[in-house]
Amino acid sequence: MSKQVEVAPPSDDKRWRIVNATMRRYGYTPQALIESLHSVQEAFGYLDDDSLQFVARRLQVPLSKAYGVATFYHFFSLKPPADHNCVVCMGTACYIKGSDRMSDVLSEAYEIEEGEITLDGRFALLSAHCVGACGLAPVAVVDGQIVSGLTPDNVLEKIKERIDDGS
Amino acid sequence: MDRDAFESIVQKNRDEEAAYAHHVNICMSSGCIASGSDAVKKQIEADAKARDLTKTCRITGVGCLGLCGSGPILAVEPTNTLYQKVKPEDSDDILDHLDGGIVERIELRQDNPFFQRQERVVLANAGKINPDEIESAIGHGAYAGLLKAVLDMTPEDVIKTLTQSGLRGRGGAGYPTGLKWSTVAKARSDVKYVICNGDEGDPGAFMDRSIMESDPHLVLEGMAIAAYAVGATEGYIYIRAEYGLGIKRLKRAIRQAEKLGVLGKNIFGSPFSFSVQLRLGAGAFVCGEETALIASIEGHRGNPRPRPPYPAELGLWGQPTLINNVETLANIAAIIDKGGEWFANIGTEKSNGTKVFALSGKVNRVGLIEVPMGITLREIIEDIGGGIPDGYAFKAVQTGGPSGGCIPAEHLDTPVDYESLRDLGTIMGSGGMVIMDETSSMVSVARYFMEFSMNESCGKCIPCRVGTAQMIDILNRFMNNTATLADIDLLEDLCDMVSHTSLCGLGQSAPNPVISTLRYFREEYLDRLAPAPDPV
Repeated sequence: MSKQVEVAPPSDDKRWRIVNATMRRYGYTPQALIESLHSVQEAFGYLDDDSLQFVARRLQVPLSKAYGVATFYHFFSLKPPADHNCVVCMGTACYIKGSDRMSDVLSEAYEIEEGEITLDGRFALLSAHCVGACGLAPVAVVDGQIVSGLTPDNVLEKIKERIDDGS
Repeated sequence: MDRDAFESIVQKNRDEEAAYAHHVNICMSSGCIASGSDAVKKQIEADAKARDLTKTCRITGVGCLGLCGSGPILAVEPTNTLYQKVKPEDSDDILDHLDGGIVERIELRQDNPFFQRQERVVLANAGKINPDEIESAIGHGAYAGLLKAVLDMTPEDVIKTLTQSGLRGRGGAGYPTGLKWSTVAKARSDVKYVICNGDEGDPGAFMDRSIMESDPHLVLEGMAIAAYAVGATEGYIYIRAEYGLGIKRLKRAIRQAEKLGVLGKNIFGSPFSFSVQLRLGAGAFVCGEETALIASIEGHRGNPRPRPPYPAELGLWGQPTLINNVETLANIAAIIDKGGEWFANIGTEKSNGTKVFALSGKVNRVGLIEVPMGITLREIIEDIGGGIPDGYAFKAVQTGGPSGGCIPAEHLDTPVDYESLRDLGTIMGSGGMVIMDETSSMVSVARYFMEFSMNESCGKCIPCRVGTAQMIDILNRFMNNTATLADIDLLEDLCDMVSHTSLCGLGQSAPNPVISTLRYFREEYLDRLAPAPDPV
């Protein structure tokens, strides 16, 4: 076992305690890398340079490896999330039922491409390969809630409704 | 906990359940929650309280009742009534009819073939038990198989029973489970691991998520029996981070099982100990491949490595490791409980037991079904699924996701078993079954899956990394009507090369959607060739 190093978190934000607890649970070993990054993303919404450096140093993993893992897995985001995130499901069942058209409508309405955030940081249009709600296809996930029964005509209204409910 | 203590828990819960005159079970799986089952449950609970029914009518949030497309689904016992698309305002009517009669406007008839044609082994308790309470699961038979294995059988007996059952891996490839277990059991090492592969990545598949949400203890029990048989003491469940509800229920299930002593040290007072941890995937399809999954648990990028050596010899942290899919493990308890012969009698000669499918796409009844192997595709689509909506004609059924293929109408009478599906150019796969009607373009479907494989290729081996991108380019030419006849030859050459030279299953099977659509729907490719230039 290599000697453990004490590394101070990037700030005195209390959320680092949660991240630290995850790393401690795995004895600060390199195997904790993915679980720790999950913990950072859950607490802060995304992985920034400071958090990657902190986790890498604390677990004694080369920064290049931490960055490699963070970019390999789609679930991790290196950019801060928008206020509202709309994930249009592109799973097979949703695709067969025309989810690409939903995405087109939203893309036009918010004037952003898929994967982008509006300039005011309020809305992000994303896509996923399958959210597992095939029974309700086509669906989108808005801020963690599934919105179903979408058609090109009602999609904008339904998404806006959900966003207004939430804010 | 010993046998007597366990039996008394079983009895106590059965008595408790029998003490209620009525049971209202509301589906609290992801699908129905998205349709609003939470609000329905709250309303019925409030109304039951107002009517002073809390001592006679038990209201339970249960796992998946199957017909996800018509949720929220609600079941009333003992009148054996099912309701569909229930809204909070239906609450009073439902409570009015507890003793008999039926609220016709929301009735879901069970003489409907959707229910009649199914045979439930894996999903036997989904929709009956409360997945958040271990006592509820035990009352319905959970951990009885583990008790029998640990106290009454040797590890060799367990493997023998499993081999006799003929169970094959439900992750898609169909490798005999008994053989896999005996390989790990024979491996010499003091430390061995059992991994449950819950990285259900195929788009259009939600079987494993439903099993983990509806009956988490079934998966834990299967893992514990596997660990006993192969000599492992630690287990991991690798589950997609996107499956929030499944993660929550599994975590709670593990905690409850350890507290009760059916997991942990000296299970049922025997020398056998086994503990389970959860590991979250992070959205990489390739991690469904076993060597990539192991790399991911170890904290690395999910790159696969060449096999052999197989994980059975050299797996997690270099130790012999058994990896089984969720549904495979969910079959184990019933096999131990009822015997290998019982299981072998379900299904066909070479494909035993049942298979859970996620039926979706252009079909009237969408949901989760469990059918005996050997049922025909036509029975699934026309009887269980109720045919194609809106008067359109059936065109193809896609199985096996990005690793599978599309089956046209002329092969609908094929029985569903590993070999028959392979002969048709597709695979059983993990259980996604997407129905397409005449409005679906098969070239676009092939392109869709190829784009998926291209995005999910880990990039380690060149045939997969470059080959999938090249195939996308060619398929785009068909989509834009700029392809030539030579592109079909080129596409076929690439399919051959990528499938034979890729390192892991992702690349090896990535061409399947293209191969199968070229085989059955070649004219759709030909229709999209560039128009011939005008003769000068």
